[in-house]
Amino acid sequence: MSGITASVEQGFSLGDEDFCADVSGALFHAGERLLIVADLHLQKGAAFAERRVLLPPYDTAATLARLGEAVARYQPRAVLALGDSFHDARAGALMNTADRASLAALQSGREWIWVAGNHDPEAPAFADGLQCQTYRLGAITLRHEPSQDRGLEIAGHLHPVARVAAAKGRLRRRCFLSDGARCVMPAFGAYAGGLNILDEAFAPLFTGARTIAHVLGRANVYRIGLESCRPD
Amino acid sequence: MTRAVFPELPDQFSAWFAARGWEPRAHQLELLSLARSGQSALLIAPTGAGKTLAGFLPTLTELAARPARTRSGGLHTLYVSPLKALAVDVARNLEAPIAQMGLRIRVEARTGDTPASRRQRQRRDPPDILLTTPEQLALLLGGPDARPLFATLRRVVLDELHAVTQSKRGDLLALDLARLRKHAPQMTIIGLSATVRDADELRRWLAPQGKDAHMAALVKAPPGAPADLSMLDARERLPWSGHGASHAVHDIYAAIKTAKTTLVFVNTRAQAEAVFQQLWSINEDSLAIALHHGSLDASQRRRVEEAMAQGLLKAIVCTSTLDLGIDWGDVDLVINVGAPKGASRLTQRIGRANHRLDEPSRALLVPGNRFEALECHAAIEATALGAQDTPPARTGALDVLCQHILGSACAEPFDADVLFAEVTSAEPYAHLAHSDFLAALDFVATGGYALGAYERFARIRRDKNGLWRIANGKIAQTWRMNVGTIVESDMLKVRLVRARASKAVAKKSRPAGGSLYYPTKLGGPSRPAYTGPLARGGRVLGQIEEYFLETLAPGDTFLFGGEVLALEGIFEGEAYVSRAHSQAPKVPSYAGGKFPLSTYLAERVRKLISSPRQWSALPQQVRDWLSLQAKVSRLPSANNLLIETFPRGERFYLVAYPFEGRLAHQTLGMLLTRRMERLELMPQGFVASEYALAIWCLRDVAGACASGALSMEALFDEDMLGDDLEEWLQESALMKRTFRTCAVIAGMIERRFPGKEKTGRQVTISTDLIYDVLRRHQPDHILLRAARDDAATGLLDVARLSVMLARIKGRIMHEALNRVSPLAVPVMLEIGREPVYGQAQDQILAQAAAALVEDAMQKPTGKAS
Repeated sequence: MSGITASVEQGFSLGDEDFCADVSGALFHAGERLLIVADLHLQKGAAFAERRVLLPPYDTAATLARLGEAVARYQPRAVLALGDSFHDARAGALMNTADRASLAALQSGREWIWVAGNHDPEAPAFADGLQCQTYRLGAITLRHEPSQDRGLEIAGHLHPVARVAAAKGRLRRRCFLSDGARCVMPAFGAYAGGLNILDEAFAPLFTGARTIAHVLGRANVYRIGLESCRPD
Repeated sequence: MTRAVFPELPDQFSAWFAARGWEPRAHQLELLSLARSGQSALLIAPTGAGKTLAGFLPTLTELAARPARTRSGGLHTLYVSPLKALAVDVARNLEAPIAQMGLRIRVEARTGDTPASRRQRQRRDPPDILLTTPEQLALLLGGPDARPLFATLRRVVLDELHAVTQSKRGDLLALDLARLRKHAPQMTIIGLSATVRDADELRRWLAPQGKDAHMAALVKAPPGAPADLSMLDARERLPWSGHGASHAVHDIYAAIKTAKTTLVFVNTRAQAEAVFQQLWSINEDSLAIALHHGSLDASQRRRVEEAMAQGLLKAIVCTSTLDLGIDWGDVDLVINVGAPKGASRLTQRIGRANHRLDEPSRALLVPGNRFEALECHAAIEATALGAQDTPPARTGALDVLCQHILGSACAEPFDADVLFAEVTSAEPYAHLAHSDFLAALDFVATGGYALGAYERFARIRRDKNGLWRIANGKIAQTWRMNVGTIVESDMLKVRLVRARASKAVAKKSRPAGGSLYYPTKLGGPSRPAYTGPLARGGRVLGQIEEYFLETLAPGDTFLFGGEVLALEGIFEGEAYVSRAHSQAPKVPSYAGGKFPLSTYLAERVRKLISSPRQWSALPQQVRDWLSLQAKVSRLPSANNLLIETFPRGERFYLVAYPFEGRLAHQTLGMLLTRRMERLELMPQGFVASEYALAIWCLRDVAGACASGALSMEALFDEDMLGDDLEEWLQESALMKRTFRTCAVIAGMIERRFPGKEKTGRQVTISTDLIYDVLRRHQPDHILLRAARDDAATGLLDVARLSVMLARIKGRIMHEALNRVSPLAVPVMLEIGREPVYGQAQDQILAQAAAALVEDAMQKPTGKAS
């Protein structure tokens, strides 16, 4: 499958574990056949609608469709959603039948893990799957909000984006940020905004070795050093 | 001497005119008697014809005739101007005749700057005459007290009508006038306008359309004396390309010296900065030359305007920001640097000089390059003929309609059919399809989405009487925060701060009270002229588009506000700059004030080129250039399209000369390169000027034509405007920017997104993300249609391109040359120095992506195993 070969090259390691950084923003652990996605923010449009800001109500469908493509590419044994999977509980409960059906179809035949996030301390009642605060993958802790711990960690929450300088211009794209011990994942949701990786929120998390931004392009993930990144 | 008697005019007015040694002019009296008979009217008059007084005479005479003891009878006349400053200025100017005649008339201005307490009082206790802007009128009409406030209204006076009706602000104003007619059926309108191509369009605009459609009456003031127009024959060589004035700066300076006061018009803010800088670099006499353009801080612009009004300035270098505005009696010379772009635009600019009708305005045209010399000549001829080429009337925008519908509900509950009838009585919406109205209504209510997902969150819904009303008071509050049609592109404040590394140069203070309109001269190192350091959080100089600043790295220098500044960095959404000592700034290329060459003028230029007998009036160097072109290639003709191909370096060039303006050429370039890519000609890039388009390829274009593999006719076939256009448009950054504007105007997103200030960027939703989702799931959504209409008309000039492609069908002349032709040189010189805006942004994205790929290739990521 050529799609995988192209993407498998775009990987990195945390401790002894190898990961493949997918262009969709998902992370795949081949050994466990585990697909990790962060910050789906399902039903964000509906949450805004409650405040009478009427954004196109297709964000949940768009996010699930993209997740569906990643699932089809990797055929994971399990999917782990790393928190803020639902933008808020009330709007989550409003998810329409078609979207619920797509989610159920994705879940069928595989394990599903909802890690709690600040937006969704609990997954909505209709959503099947295991719920937990953190998840352990070998020596790595998976949690929503990055911690200051020294240990290996995969987290979301911060929605990292890199502003990359090229010869004559700049791009702002979502990215994985990793230093070999910690990885902060890009937000996966269609309406999720982004925080520049040079923002001070990232500074205490990546103090040590060389930090690399794995920037999501259209067809590939590009490995960019922070020296090529610019503040907003 | 006996005083002339004007029966139309009350005695106190005749006496007032006579006391000043004036006589009322025929058009002023005509307008007065039309107003007496209850008719709306359009007054077309050149500047200096007493237009404003003409507009207010009917109101002043009516109010003067009120019984002496009556207290205010409510709001009588509303004056609407596109410029805040003009509303304030007219208020001031009305005070004089009112005081001198001892009239008891209250005049007040109301703009965004008016204190809230006064605005509240104005609603409660309105003046007789209120002077305001289209946005403020919309806000007044959306208030719950609109009906009683406007019930007494007798008249609306609209200033600078020709300018207002060309934009979305005009759409909004037209809708608001339709509403005013409802509140005050007795109300009549006086429109004040400069000369336009088709007066009937404006006459319809002033009157209700639909069932009883008619036109406002027309009053024409006599034209002023013909202008004294000439083209500068610069002492120095006329450049091949560029739009600058460095070759002519000594001549311009000399002309400024001979005149009392000069307005120097340029077409872009970047040119304004450059010309201003160049003039000061030779300003041996320290003439008071000031700078005025839209990026400068508003208070700075006000200071320049005030200095001008007080007669303190010798010249102002300005952009279209001064095309309209307060009349300055003392201006006796207008210099237009660069291309005039259109006959009407030039006439209006010339009209800014000498406001005495009987004396000719004096104007000097300074071409920036050889093509512009042709354009200047064509414009001088057109102006002598009194030709007009203002753009055709626009169709009302759907996003503005959405804003208006919500505003209507904020004022009071409405019936959909009644509102539709009212909306279609406004000229821009006269042909609005009922289905489009319903789509707009649906958008306002629940977002207009196919799923009907947001029923429960409707912003407006029907009550038991079938009337639409807002769901809650917060909706009206949000609407008020978002009224208006001007959406700035992402602008960053430019703030002057202390340079990071302190420079070891002596610093000299500026003269006390010195301000930016006298820049310190660019001195050599021995004459450090700039003031000392300013601390962080210093003065705001103005605003610049974010995308321009993104092209700079810290330390890069650019011209702004007449000074060379260095970027220190971007912090918290502001660009921090310091004064630089560099003499070779990187000139800003922000896009302010780019007008396309008018179709009319383009046609005249084509005719001029193709008829050597008319060349006698052109500068010698231009004639030589054209003669050489005729010898080595051929001249473009009035109706054909000339295409030249030639090899140069490693590349093969195709240069076409459609003369349809930069926007249309850019669109053409984008579409042609897509097509050439499919034909495997390997196009590498293109560059568009106002007159020509150059594309370069790795494959031999002429060879492909010779072998029959390529036909120019097929390459330029009209069908490129079908799928190719749509496909490209959908992906383009331009469409995303246009969508953002529409989304803000229509009220899909708020100008200041909730929570933006408080919580940082990861919670905000960029409109790009919304655009991507909406385009995939509901491509026919009303806002996508609105954005597409805007892009096609305003930014791509698709209509013009379409007319051109139809015109040249079967009329393509292909010259296969061995080397570059004289005519091709100007556009070839533009290669590589295209400003960073519009389509060029796409190229940057592509470049950046390529760099990413390169980077990825060099440093393979992941484990090798």
